[in-house]
Amino acid sequence: MSENAEDNAVSIPAQSDGAAKGAAKGATLTKDVAPGETLLKVTGLQKHFPIRKGLLQRQVGAVRAVDGIDFEVRAGETLGVVGESGCGKSTMGRLITRLLEPTAGKVEFEGRDITHLGVSGMRPMRRDVQMIFQDPYSSLNPRHTIGTIIGAPFKLQGVEPEGGVKKEVQRLLSVVGLNPEHYNRYPHEFSGGQRQRIGIARALALNPKLVVADEPVSALDVSIQAQVVNLLDDLQQELGLTYVIIAHDLSVVRHVSDRIAVMYLGKIVELADRESLYKAPMHPYTKALMSAVPIPDPRRRSAKSERILLKGDVPSPIAPPSGCRFHTRCWKATEICTKQEPPLIELKPGQQVACHHPENAEDQAPQDTVLLSAAKEAVELVAVGTAAELAAAEKASEAAVEETAVEETAVEKSAVEKSSDRPESTDK
Amino acid sequence: MTDLSKSSGAAMTEPVVSDSPAPTAFLEVRDLKVHFPTDDGLVKSVDGLSFTLEKGKTLGIVGESGSGKSVTSLGIMGLHTAGQYGKRKARISGEIWLDGTELLSADPDHVRKLRGREMAMIFQDPLSALHPYYTIGQQIVEAYRIHHDVDKKTAKRRAVEMLDRVGIPQPDKRVDNYPHEFSGGMRQRAMIAMSLVNNPELLIADEPTTALDVTVQAQILDLIRDLQKEFGSAVIIITHDLGVVAELSDDILVMYGGRCIERGPAEKVFYEPRHPYTWGLLGSMPRLDRDQQERLIPVKGSPPSLINIPSGCAFNPRCPYADVPKDNVTRTVRPELSEVGSQHWAACHMTQEERERIWTEEIAPKL
Amino acid sequence: MIVGHRKTSGGPRSAAGPRAVLAYLIRRLFAAAVMLVVIILVVFCIFFLVPRWAGVDPATMFVGKQADPGAIEAVRQKLGLGEPIFVQVWEFFKGLFVGRTYAAGGDVTNCAAPCFGYSFRNEQAIWPVLTDRFPVTLALALGAAVLWLLFGVAAGVLSALKRGTLWDRSAMVVALAGVSLPIYFTGLLSLAIFSYGLGWLDAQYVPLEESFGGWFGGMILPWVTLAFLYAAMYARITRATMLEVMGEDYIRTARAKGLREPVVIGKHAMRSAMTPVLTMLGMDLGALIGGAILTETTFSLPGLGQAVLKAISDKDLPVILGVTLITSLAVIIANLVVDILYAVIDPRVRLA
Repeated sequence: MSENAEDNAVSIPAQSDGAAKGAAKGATLTKDVAPGETLLKVTGLQKHFPIRKGLLQRQVGAVRAVDGIDFEVRAGETLGVVGESGCGKSTMGRLITRLLEPTAGKVEFEGRDITHLGVSGMRPMRRDVQMIFQDPYSSLNPRHTIGTIIGAPFKLQGVEPEGGVKKEVQRLLSVVGLNPEHYNRYPHEFSGGQRQRIGIARALALNPKLVVADEPVSALDVSIQAQVVNLLDDLQQELGLTYVIIAHDLSVVRHVSDRIAVMYLGKIVELADRESLYKAPMHPYTKALMSAVPIPDPRRRSAKSERILLKGDVPSPIAPPSGCRFHTRCWKATEICTKQEPPLIELKPGQQVACHHPENAEDQAPQDTVLLSAAKEAVELVAVGTAAELAAAEKASEAAVEETAVEETAVEKSAVEKSSDRPESTDK
Repeated sequence: MTDLSKSSGAAMTEPVVSDSPAPTAFLEVRDLKVHFPTDDGLVKSVDGLSFTLEKGKTLGIVGESGSGKSVTSLGIMGLHTAGQYGKRKARISGEIWLDGTELLSADPDHVRKLRGREMAMIFQDPLSALHPYYTIGQQIVEAYRIHHDVDKKTAKRRAVEMLDRVGIPQPDKRVDNYPHEFSGGMRQRAMIAMSLVNNPELLIADEPTTALDVTVQAQILDLIRDLQKEFGSAVIIITHDLGVVAELSDDILVMYGGRCIERGPAEKVFYEPRHPYTWGLLGSMPRLDRDQQERLIPVKGSPPSLINIPSGCAFNPRCPYADVPKDNVTRTVRPELSEVGSQHWAACHMTQEERERIWTEEIAPKL
Repeated sequence: MIVGHRKTSGGPRSAAGPRAVLAYLIRRLFAAAVMLVVIILVVFCIFFLVPRWAGVDPATMFVGKQADPGAIEAVRQKLGLGEPIFVQVWEFFKGLFVGRTYAAGGDVTNCAAPCFGYSFRNEQAIWPVLTDRFPVTLALALGAAVLWLLFGVAAGVLSALKRGTLWDRSAMVVALAGVSLPIYFTGLLSLAIFSYGLGWLDAQYVPLEESFGGWFGGMILPWVTLAFLYAAMYARITRATMLEVMGEDYIRTARAKGLREPVVIGKHAMRSAMTPVLTMLGMDLGALIGGAILTETTFSLPGLGQAVLKAISDKDLPVILGVTLITSLAVIIANLVVDILYAVIDPRVRLA
């Protein structure tokens, strides 16, 4: 993808400010934006892929891959983006690097609106924003030596680094932990982890400010994953890079990120500091997602009652559910969730959530009718625990019912009793 | 490894005349070797693997790509031998005892009859593992009727029953759907229904959740656990994810370079690992259940080539403790599994005391 | 209310029931009809409009260059070549359904429906010529297709299963020869050996109405020759797809179920491997029905191919036009049949 984009850039006549900027060493780097200030700002970003059918290629609908998201990335931080397949996280990554044209919304980089910049307008931007891809096998041209691959950005941008391209490429190779003498080798001579390092070196060539990494380690073996994660870490420290790291693996994302955005069906449902998010997630989806991660600890197996098991699959992004998109699978869903989309609001400093009934925070719509039948179907606890646990669960759910909707207690109590062999998730 | 087995074809069994008596365990693998001749040399995908498994128990086989874990599972199922054509045949030796029958020297047609009935398998990617042109029902019915002499109607009733058991809503309708009309999680459920339709005693799950999302993965792991409880079968779960192994396994076998380097009860392997590679795996993994680690502890280098496995310990080139002095051994000798605790084995030249010290003092505190 | 919302996550997706198949069929039929009209338009333009742009009077081409101006003028009037192009197209379309009368002065020629045009060179309507010759070509193509499918696919499957063995190598060498040797070479060679040399088979075409035995005997060599070429191509493509399919995960699943190997190959592998073969068959049959020029010429078969060859050398435009239309029709119908078969074989196609 990036190669295509860069190829497009080549066709544009050489730019006048082609002065050597490339080879600045990390220490001497001058940043236009001070650490902590907003580097990238996204408002109302949308990407709908039209679905066309029939002879006339009429548009019959759209895959709403990204459907209105707002966030910002601060200089020097790492923003992690997690979500399940189809949540739009990769599309988001391609939108902010402008490899895809947004349907609506605004992308600002260093205060400049880059949403609708043309190829030539994007050209200087391409230097500041780089992308790392998931598949280290297919993102490197097999017919080019790695020297050519890593040196390509210099040629495309018309930049002549200090001491020449070759020397700079060799420096980059050693920065990412590869042998500089392997300059003339081809991608197939490297292992998966090494290829990912080559991809990183290429992304770093022009000293970017923002690096967007789409699943940078998911194609790698566990022991290699750690090498690459550590490398990204070191590079950030040394070069003051800003990362947006997109991944499906929650443990990896927690390890690398300062702040984390959780996406579900094209929306950000929660955006928070790492600690707050993992210690006290507010959105039920975040909570379910985290509890679903298998814990590498055989002793924790007995403590399965912590796990929330979501039922069913993610609905189609072509026709997302009305109101809150998660309500079809949520155990806390009420009337309002089916009708009104919850806005992403800051409920605690540094923790934004889009939910009517958040966890670990005050209920946003406490008077609403509980859809117990839906809740019953939506979730079940894994542990068919001891009798004591069962009783406790039952009591708790009864209490919850009494709290929420007094007038419907009778109906719901019977529902609880019926479902007592499968205790509801009872979040106190 | 699976693509190797595909391309280079398969198997010539070399029955090993063995004096050792038939085992008492339900499944016992003895000194299994699976080698594939290629243009570049002999690929020793599995090179001397032994383990036992009882009914009702789960064995987790962990390893990175190329460690030989998938080749092992296909070897047990006899799928290197079945229907492989062409010149390059896999060379398989050793013994695989399933419920008192040695599979490698048995009549291939007998082994075929065991497949699907006594031993069944779940694959990584249910979309490609199910035939796109047949309905889910047709595929389950076929699996049932190979081993049961019943009419199609009875078999279909059985298929619906199985789909219902694995939690597919409206099974009587979904049974007539094609795989592409199912979601990923539902497809894997259907695959599980198909493999369990004959109540197999041994179920091998090869990366059953790798292709799935995390919330769906939780559902499938839960299902496998429930079904095992219900059917009481022996389960081998093959994965690269230590979390998945920890969720399901009673015993864990860690593979590296085609060999087992550590084997033992799950608790032991997680809490008292005695091989540097196992330490490496544990240290490489960011963990949600612990406080934020400052840094991960990766294993340096990359996995070995299976053509030129180092003559000594296969892990030696990557081992951070390769320089620790060892008693009376040279680097060129391959370490054998030795008992380091009850039912717990590891293959390392370092002394037990040394390893215990390194683990408790150097590794464990950093995890 | 809740039920309505839950549909998105739980309920079965649009199942490929009979209605979906029917809708697919209707869509394909409609597309085929549109395609045919477009082809007629294009062909018409090529034959009647392009010469005019090139400064050639189409009327001259119909009669031949040596014809006197009076004859040319008569043809122009008869065919309505003086009319605007859309009128001509309309006349042609109308002729297809209700027939047509060519009139110039007192000279009136009737062309009954379906009128594909009139050959002034031979003083006859095109349609009877086509209907006369079509069965010969059809018999040639279908007979050869049966042969090449039988032998080509079998050879391909065997080669795939015995990859790298002597059998595989020799089969592929023969296939390569089959693909690269031109029909007139293999045809003449077979004629020389089996007809003139050994005298086993008669080289003469005998119409079916006269004697079935004679007809069949005369067709054997053309069938075999044509089938040899195509069998070679089909063997190669079958081998390639078979090798690919045998490596699929679902084949491994089929074995893991405990299926016998012949069932794995015959039921699971073959069904997938046949899809590309089917596509090829549709296109090849369509093209062949339009005239197997080389085979028909080599064996002197009075088929469409021979007719078109003669028409080209005579510059008999109406015949060429008629044959072109018939060929297009054959290709479209063949493709339609293939599409329908495809939908029967591959359930994923139905919803597309």
